[in-house]
Amino acid sequence: MTADTHADEHGSHHTSTGLSNNKLGMWLFLGSECLLFGGLISTYMLYRGRVGAGPRPSQVFDIPFTSVSSFVLLMSSLTMVLAVSAAHKGDDRNTYLWITVTALLGATFVGGQVYEFTAFYNEGMGFTTSLFSSSFYVLTGFHGVHVTVGIIMLMSIVGVMKRSKVPGSKAETVEMIGLYWHFVDIVWIIIFTLIYLIPA
Amino acid sequence: MSNAGYVRIALILAAITALEVSTYYVDFGPLFMPALLIMMAIKFVIVVSYFMHLKFDNKLFSWVFYAGLILAVIVYVVALSTFHFFS
Repeated sequence: MTADTHADEHGSHHTSTGLSNNKLGMWLFLGSECLLFGGLISTYMLYRGRVGAGPRPSQVFDIPFTSVSSFVLLMSSLTMVLAVSAAHKGDDRNTYLWITVTALLGATFVGGQVYEFTAFYNEGMGFTTSLFSSSFYVLTGFHGVHVTVGIIMLMSIVGVMKRSKVPGSKAETVEMIGLYWHFVDIVWIIIFTLIYLIPA
Repeated sequence: MSNAGYVRIALILAAITALEVSTYYVDFGPLFMPALLIMMAIKFVIVVSYFMHLKFDNKLFSWVFYAGLILAVIVYVVALSTFHFFS
């Protein structure tokens, strides 16, 4: 068994820390993302009362609809962790299945967000209507872009895995995408509570 | 952790979410804000610990992630304080 094969089976190469550099890099990236979303959430918190002539948050937010969207994203975390579990067991069929289900749930969430933005716009809340609307669209829009990037990564990994062209460990690659996906979910957990459920 | 374990965790998260949404319909009085923040924190920790496996992984990953998170919280609490957000 060569060193590379051995490293691939364990999902990591020999490193000075004994840990996978890919995984450490991903956790560092997620730690830095906390600062990005922290800035956007803080900006929203500061400006959520500055509605000007536009509608107030309580006038436009549709809590039942957003609750369903939140539930869908939460369940996508379950399907993602099942995909990672299947990948670690070398079960390709279930890995593809759960990754595809995760991507579909993510697409449902993004579709819901597009519907929500359209409804808000029709109710008179444009991007530049007020400081509240600008900060709201930037925050939730950034999150939506993160989910979309996650969907693209999920669909890409299925394609790459089917062609058996994944460099290194398949399971670790799926796990990296899983970490990103769960992070997007925890950011929404915070957004849902602070932005939607706690009134201005 | 087994797949059944992950499903149990997801059910707990779904139940907490339902409880969170109920605060929109039921008046929780002065407990409203603390209850929502505590439920949010519980959901956050559960996803990070079990779905992201941080509880079972090397402690260095926890340090790296929580350092970023705590730094973000401190920086933005200070920033919001300068704008008298909490007063």
